Amino acid sequence: MNGPDLRLSRPALPVRFWRLPGLLAICLCMLCMLCMAIEGWAAPPAEQGLETALEAIRAVDHEGRGNVAAGAAWNVVAAADAQALPRILTAMDGANPLAAGWLLAAVDQIVARHPRLDPEPLCAFLADTSHAPRARRLAFDLVAGSDGPRAEKLLAGLLNDPSVELRHDAVAQLMAQAEQATAAGTTSVALQQFQTAFAAARDIAQVKALAAAIRGLGGEVDLPQHLGFLMHWQAIGPFDNTGGKGFAAEYPPERGVDLSGTLAGQGGPVQWQVLTTRDEFGMVDINPLYPPPAPAEVASPAEGAGGKEGLKEVVAYAVTSYDSPQGGPAELRLGTKNAWKIWLNGQLVFEREEYHRGMDVDQYRLPVALKPGPNTILIKLCQDAQRKPWTTEWQFQLRVCDSIGTALPAGRQQAQAPPPAVENIR
Amino acid sequence: MNSFFLRCSLLTGLVWTFLVVASGAEEWPAFRGPNGSSLVPAGVLPVELSEATQQWSVSLPGRGLSGAVVVDGKVFVTASAGTSQDRLHLLCFDAQTGKLLWERRVWATGRTMCHSKTSVAAPTPCTDGSHIYALFSSNDVVCFDLQGRLCWLRGITHDYPNVSNSLGMASSPLVSGGTLVVPVENDSESYCLGLDTASGENRWRIDRPKGANWTSPVLAGPAVVALQSRGGVDAVGLADGAPKWSFSGGADTIPSSCFFDGVLYVPSNGVTALEAVANEAKPRELWQSNRLAPGTASLVVAGDAIYCLNKADVLTAGERATGERRWQLRLQGPFSATPVSDGQHLWAVNEAGLVQVVELGKKEGKIVSTFDLGDEILASPAVADGAIYLRSNSRLHKLAR
Repeated sequence: MNGPDLRLSRPALPVRFWRLPGLLAICLCMLCMLCMAIEGWAAPPAEQGLETALEAIRAVDHEGRGNVAAGAAWNVVAAADAQALPRILTAMDGANPLAAGWLLAAVDQIVARHPRLDPEPLCAFLADTSHAPRARRLAFDLVAGSDGPRAEKLLAGLLNDPSVELRHDAVAQLMAQAEQATAAGTTSVALQQFQTAFAAARDIAQVKALAAAIRGLGGEVDLPQHLGFLMHWQAIGPFDNTGGKGFAAEYPPERGVDLSGTLAGQGGPVQWQVLTTRDEFGMVDINPLYPPPAPAEVASPAEGAGGKEGLKEVVAYAVTSYDSPQGGPAELRLGTKNAWKIWLNGQLVFEREEYHRGMDVDQYRLPVALKPGPNTILIKLCQDAQRKPWTTEWQFQLRVCDSIGTALPAGRQQAQAPPPAVENIR
Repeated sequence: MNSFFLRCSLLTGLVWTFLVVASGAEEWPAFRGPNGSSLVPAGVLPVELSEATQQWSVSLPGRGLSGAVVVDGKVFVTASAGTSQDRLHLLCFDAQTGKLLWERRVWATGRTMCHSKTSVAAPTPCTDGSHIYALFSSNDVVCFDLQGRLCWLRGITHDYPNVSNSLGMASSPLVSGGTLVVPVENDSESYCLGLDTASGENRWRIDRPKGANWTSPVLAGPAVVALQSRGGVDAVGLADGAPKWSFSGGADTIPSSCFFDGVLYVPSNGVTALEAVANEAKPRELWQSNRLAPGTASLVVAGDAIYCLNKADVLTAGERATGERRWQLRLQGPFSATPVSDGQHLWAVNEAGLVQVVELGKKEGKIVSTFDLGDEILASPAVADGAIYLRSNSRLHKLAR
């Protein structure tokens, strides 16, 4: 009989189990092992409940679908103990933005009950960069809440992290060190630290601050290259946008781009013109291409001509070619105050009819799939009839980058040199 | 018109009493209070404000210009934080002590870009007494119970990707009868939604005029919601969004209307007073006065008077029955917050945090006290249980006797 040996190695099992005939015990053990091998480890009921609840939350979808089930499931998740946090954070991997929000609120409730967390499993989660960036950032915040000095040390290793927010804080930490070095008079050290921080920076405000700091110390930066702005375009216009109808109108460039062609514009034949910007943030200004006629030539405002501020109620198109070595996922990031449409390789990516409400770098983030080789980007930019001082802009800025804002290689190249000729997009 | 005056004279006292009682001295459930007119119970707020009346002041984890709401002894405030302002906070404080009872966050699913003066936490939340509903400029909507349990979450821009305003959205939601009215009017994909408060799913979604709009819906009668936009006002059914009546005389897109005693006072060509007519597609226009011209702050109605702060920071009092101007008083502005009034005094706080208490007479108004809070205040105050709550981008203050 080998009962005593088993009892030594499995003391938690009930005593009466070991009184069973040895052969039966061995058979039962083998049966259990077989079941485990076939069906995997059977989670305890609490874990099963958590898994089911996480599944319900991850199932939420558009227009409130899944909300009722998720509401019940949220109570289960939020009631979990702190040991479940890594599992809940893992559930954010691949979750849609709504589900991620549900999970964040549940984490908040758990943490409120457990102000002192064990940082070890959270650090392990943070170290695995395959997890969702937001979940890793959350794990970092939880570590910081439990062990601030440890989080501070961790930050130094997150300078090139795939989480934009973690990277932001790491860059801020290095910037602070550089500023201290500047104050101490160790300029060369400061410059090196600023340059390292600049290379890692993806946050636009940080990029601007670092560029100023580097230049202040005599260094050089290339902002268009760093951010991947597309600087070289060809433009054509103006076309009619009286009453805003031009936004929906399909003018010839939307059916195909022939850079050598002549088209019927608003006031007569129009042709494509080279349009290159030198603005450090890639601002492409359409207004200088089409100066308004002198006041004497204007028959009436209804004809759509502008005054000093530029043309009004007009449409222009700009096109460029973006050469992607490998193709793959990317983001087109656009800033503009004008109504716009954008096409990639002839496919409409997005459109928005809003005029002069505001403009910023990366105002619109548009996920796209680039093809290997040349990619044609066509943008339609509409100007409306408003004649307020803040409605003169007819411009845009566009960059191509990855999901955290890192300029893709071809974007860097395009920022420096004219693009190859753009061919017909259809 | 005669019948209107007769009704006013007979019912004003009754309605006044009813509203003050119904306003529940202990609750402030939405933007501009229980009845949406910024009316507060008479005599409960301190006229003399000072450091001694500062009961407590607590820090907030993020920016915001949404007003506080108060229910069940709890004060709720929204805020936004993060490098891109995409962490949306809902905070619950003990009204008595200012202690943080709970805090929950979700991530924004819509665009968070907005003008530097505003923030993602711009709309004031609302409550039906059992749940709190918070809308953000990113057009995310959350529903929590008063204990902090998340009941549902919606991303309106996630659902309809062109719902946004690059200057920021600011209209506050309204809840009544199991429907949460969520206004998301903008230049592009412009809607108003009625969400089922139990599930967050659409009960209805109606197209709205394309154009930026920061006004908030108001209840304009039993189960009727008035939606104000540049073209005027559309009254729709609370339960189904079906049209009831429309006023096409134009309206402002920042200060909101006010419904009081069966009359809708609209910031339109100054102020226009409208009364719905049974089975008619158009309301009756009772009066219109361009001598009352609200700027950013919304209208205030208290007793037999109507008050507005114009763009030049002048407080104007008018006759509620006729629109006739009573008096004007220049205050120290600029103002973003809508004042509150108990009919005897009016509390107006400017953007620099200077609270100005005005005694409201028939023939004149007089500043009787001021108190410099020393904090930028853009949010409209909340009033409950004899206290006034003011929030800035960084703090929540409670002032009381």
